[in-house]
Parts: sequence; C-alpha cells; structure tokens
Amino acid sequence: MKQLTVFVENRRGGLAVLTRLLADARVDMKALSIADTRDFGILRLIVSDAEKASDTLQKAGFLVQITEVVGVTLPDRPGALAQALDILDQDGVNLEYLYAFLSSEPGTARVVLRVADNAEAERILTQNGFSIL
Amino acid sequence: MRYFQQEIETMAPEAIRALQSEKLVRQVKHVYEHVPYYRALMDEKGITPDDIRGVEDLHKLPFLSKADLRETYPYGMLAVPLADCVRIQSTSGTTGKRVIAYYTQKDLDLWEECCARAIVAAGGTREDVVQVCYGYGLFTGGAGLHGGSHRVGALTLPMSSGNTERQIQFMMDLKATILCCTPSYAAYIGEALKERGYKPEDNHLKAGIFGAEPWTEEMRRDIEKSLGIKAYDIYGLTETSGPGVAFECSEQNGMHVNEDHFIPEIIDPDTGEVLPDGEKGELVFTSLDKEAFPLLRYRTRDICVLTREKCPCGRTHVRMAKPMGRSDDMMIIRGVNVFPSQIETVLLNEGYAPNYRIEVDRVNNSDTLDIYVELLPEQFTDTVSGITKMERRLAEAIKIMLGISPVVHLVAPKTIARSEGKAVRVVDKRKLHD
Repeated sequence: MKQLTVFVENRRGGLAVLTRLLADARVDMKALSIADTRDFGILRLIVSDAEKASDTLQKAGFLVQITEVVGVTLPDRPGALAQALDILDQDGVNLEYLYAFLSSEPGTARVVLRVADNAEAERILTQNGFSIL
Repeated sequence: MRYFQQEIETMAPEAIRALQSEKLVRQVKHVYEHVPYYRALMDEKGITPDDIRGVEDLHKLPFLSKADLRETYPYGMLAVPLADCVRIQSTSGTTGKRVIAYYTQKDLDLWEECCARAIVAAGGTREDVVQVCYGYGLFTGGAGLHGGSHRVGALTLPMSSGNTERQIQFMMDLKATILCCTPSYAAYIGEALKERGYKPEDNHLKAGIFGAEPWTEEMRRDIEKSLGIKAYDIYGLTETSGPGVAFECSEQNGMHVNEDHFIPEIIDPDTGEVLPDGEKGELVFTSLDKEAFPLLRYRTRDICVLTREKCPCGRTHVRMAKPMGRSDDMMIIRGVNVFPSQIETVLLNEGYAPNYRIEVDRVNNSDTLDIYVELLPEQFTDTVSGITKMERRLAEAIKIMLGISPVVHLVAPKTIARSEGKAVRVVDKRKLHD
C-alpha cells in the first residue's frame, strides 16, 4: 500500500498548515506517525488518496514522496504483533519502522510495516495466515 | 569581432609596461598634488613623485586600504574639484562604512570601455540583446555592464535585479542572448526557468557575464548546464571603478586585467612584500587613469594568483585567477582559514544545490560551524537514518576539504532565502558576543 512521506521542519505551525491543506483537499487520514530529530521530522501518513494528497502538498512546496509499505491486519489480542514480528525476524526481514492504525473491523488491528523488501515480507506474512491490506 | 580594442588588448607586454610607467609617473603627481591624505602617507615614507620614474618604483609607494577610505569619507580621496565629477557609485557597506567613489565623465568613459571589452570577449556584438540584471543604482554592477553594453552597441535591457517573473518574460519575449548578473542570481534564474518547464535550449542565451561575488568552477558548470550558455567571470570593485577591471576570455582560464588602466600586484598580506607572478597572495591595484578617485596601491583583500603565460585568445594582458574569496569573506574557525567557496565546492561535488547558509558561533569558548543545505526532492528518503546518513557523509566531505568538522543540517527545499543581488551566506554570531 501507498504511504505519503513528508519532510517537515521543526517550526511553529508547520503541521497545522499541512493538515489544513489535506482537509481542504478533502483527503482523509487513516494513520499517522512522525519520526523526529532536533531539526526535522518525517511525517508518514496513510490517506484516502495518496496521489491527490501528494499533489496538494507538493504544490504548496512540501517535500513529499510516495513510499510503498506493507499493511497487515492482525487479530486484536495480546501477542499478535509479537507473533508477526517473530516470523519476519526468523526469515531475516529487517524492519525499518512500523506504526499502527485504526481498523474499522471489530476485533482486528492494523499495522504498517516498512521493510527493505515488501514483496518478500508480504509473502511470508500471507504464508503464515496474516491478511495483507 | 574578437576584441573591442584590438590594439590595446593585444599590445606587446613591453609596450604595456612602457605605457604603465608613463601613466604611473603622471598619476602619482596628480595624487600627490591633489590628495593631502595620500601626500602625507608619501611624506611619512620620505617619498616624492620624483622617486617614481616607472613601474619598477611602484613598490616604494604606500598602500591604501579600506580603513583609509573610511578615514577619509566622504571627500578625502577626491583628486578633482567636486564640480568636475558627474557621478558617484557606492559599496553596499556590509563590511562597515560605505565607500563612495567619484567619477568624472572621462572616468565613466574608460570604465564603460573596460566593460565593453568584457562583453566582446564573451562573444557580444551589436547584434546581441544584453539583459542586465545586476542591481542598478549605487551598486556598480548595473551601471558598469549597462554602459559597456551601450558601447558595444548591443540592445540593452536595463532590468536591474529582482522580479524574476519579469526577468524571465523579457528574456523569452525579447530573446536575450547575454545575461549579466551575480552568479547566485544566474543559478536562481536557471532554477526558476526549470520550474516553469523550460529546458536549457528553450532560451536564446549564449553567454553570461557573472561577477560581484566569489563563485566556484563547479557553480560555473552548473549554471552553464541549466541555462545552456557559456559563463564568463568578471571582476572589479567599486574602489577601482567597478566591474571590468578584469574579465574572462573564451579560454575561461583566468581573467585578463585591463593593464592599460590598472597595475595589479600580489603581495604577502602580512608583510606587504611584493610576490612574484604565480604566487598566491593579496591582490593590490593601482588605477592609472582615474581622475576623480585615483587609488594607488589599493589592497583589495582578495586572495589570488597572477599569470603572464601566453593566452591562446591573443590578449596579452596579465591574467588573474578567480579569487579564492575576499579576505573579508574568510572566516577563521577553530584557527583554520575557511572560505565559503570551499564549502560550496563540496556541496556541488556531492550533488547538492548551491543553496546554503553557514552559521558560525562560539559555544563554551569553542567555535561551532553549522551548515544548512537544502535537500533536493530526489534525495529525500522516508527514514530518519537515511537523512542523517546523508548529513554525516556531507559533513565528512566538508571536513576533508576544510580540516574541521561542521554540523550539517539538511533543510526543506526553498527554505533558504534566495538572493537577487549578492548572496548573504554567512552568519557569524561570534561578533555579537565580542
């Protein structure tokens, strides 16, 4: 699935401007995560329309990239994520980052994974009974 | 047309020297008689105009520096009655008090002639359309190239700096063939054209004459590529008239100093001793023909090298290398001499755009060097480690060049202020504490 990646500098009001632009473009945000350092942050978003969001933000001068990530649905119970990650680890899949997002189906949770080889991770997870978004 | 004034530009070196000697003797008398300040400096050294019989005696004369010009502000260096002057130009005053230079009509004529030589050397003829986007007004850039373009008989677009939208419109609609501005503005125009979807071959430009700030070979190649032109360097300073003191020919290998009007010397900046050709040192100019504001042995604080090697273009005048930077621009950080142009060279070599800001500060009695560089869209990655890795790699490359470690901060595109005139790239906060 497509993730919107945005470079945001640590300055006042930066995120407010960005979210307002997406709101005005009627883009719905499904998940959000920020990795931040002293100088800058990298905002990662799962949105209803990645292309539209990317165009909107680029026109406003933001540095944007669409990144392919793996979305996986897990049962909403203790240990489910640990199990998925164990499987990936055993197969030598190196995880760059991950974050969770809301699931509309009761009893399930959703996680976004960023790995070096998406196709490989998807194959392993599917083989082990996880469903890929 | 290869030369604007062939006879002078290709004159035999001995003939140039004889001409300089004759003019120098006359000029020293003129200054001694009309500038009490310089007369006092000569008296102090026990020198009279009679001691100066030719170029070989030049080294006996006292130096002038920016401090002398501040001291004598505003009229103290004037060598003719004010009524004989028709124009002033002035420095930006960024390094202290402004310097005001005065011109008689003859001074302006000769200055424009120098600029015309530069335009012709860049391939300019009366058929050309010369877009001058150096600032007009007090700054010498606009006035110099404007006058030079008139003398060549080219169609002159007196754009002045700024309003990039309008620059592009005139450039395209009137098919400008030669662009004159600061190299940083040329780079910016190139960027602006690309953003608007123009390819380098879409414009009619064939050459650019860029000066007024130090720039690197890497930046030259960048500008040449983005505008599809040949980029020529031009040198000058308000104190000696303005741009056109020296200019590049088609060889793009050093700038020919207009030796019939100026004598260049390279000195050891510490001892004042004259260094032989080929050695690096501070550039010093003596104006031979200036009537109103005739500076003798003016220390430019520019660090460079002179060469008398024969130039294939046929011009015989001595060439000066691109200055490494004014010694004003030179920073001493942790005891190391640093020129912004060195940092720029690394940025361009590492694939970054020359949009950067250098901040120097002192924290706990130790100098800090922070360099802010714009990230290019194609360099952006979605992981923090990817970006910090790029910062570290760039910092390492800069450390190899300078010998000291900077902290590199990659920032979003277009967030470093663009310059339409001289770029302000260095913020030295240490001065605030002193």
